[in-house]
Amino acid sequence: MVPLEHVIGLSAILFTIGVIGVATRRNLIIVMMSIELMLNAVNLSFVAFSRFLHSLDGQVFVFFVMTVAAAEVAVGLAIIIALFRNVETVYVDELHLLKG
Amino acid sequence: MSVVAFLFYLLGALAVLSALGMVMNVRNTVAAALSLVVTMISLAAIYVLMEAHLVAVIQIMVYAGAIVVLFLFVVMLLNLREDAFAPGRQWLVKSGAALVGLLVGAQLVRLLSSPLPAPPALPAGFGGYRMLGLSLYTDYVLLVEMASLVLLASIVGALILAKRKVD
Repeated sequence: MVPLEHVIGLSAILFTIGVIGVATRRNLIIVMMSIELMLNAVNLSFVAFSRFLHSLDGQVFVFFVMTVAAAEVAVGLAIIIALFRNVETVYVDELHLLKG
Repeated sequence: MSVVAFLFYLLGALAVLSALGMVMNVRNTVAAALSLVVTMISLAAIYVLMEAHLVAVIQIMVYAGAIVVLFLFVVMLLNLREDAFAPGRQWLVKSGAALVGLLVGAQLVRLLSSPLPAPPALPAGFGGYRMLGLSLYTDYVLLVEMASLVLLASIVGALILAKRKVD
């Protein structure tokens, strides 16, 4: 059987890769995909603790994390489409209209 | 090493490699989305190893089957050219990533050096649809209703934001 620390370590590694993706990539779509990767890493943490503490509450929470992630992706991609229609770019370097 | 442990390390390595392939892939956005699919499917297989069967199936249906498909729709709709790191920022990106990797690595070494005791066996039907469905519809029924409201709000919001002209 896999020790709990190894599963949490894998979740931490995936979360870190997601954070690096959000912080360093220019393409907004890749940034949103890195956010999904972070949410998946957190889901793995919940499932691991649910298995090791014999409680279904972790898996119930995973359901709601998936729901919110799906809703957020839909709205975020709609925002990107509306943005692209006006500014014709999805690269964060070229989006500075709100800058003071 | 048992079969479960061997499969977990194999799938974990596959998940990490495809996650790196998604984040480090600079040229091709569609290939990055497909790497994300590989990550999500390997995570679904790890959920099966963790006795979370319903969550694993829902993961493949919702994440790999709907969310990444939505990403691919938008990528092909916008017809994006290839990406690149901003000029003059390469060293900052690489040193920042190395620093974050070192910090997480130090925490992992400290975490893995103090093991926890092994848990007892699970009850039958744990993580199956029956127990999870009972829990959702008795203890957490209000959260299920609120989740439906969140989805309704996101449907309306996405429709209005992506419309061509509001008249």
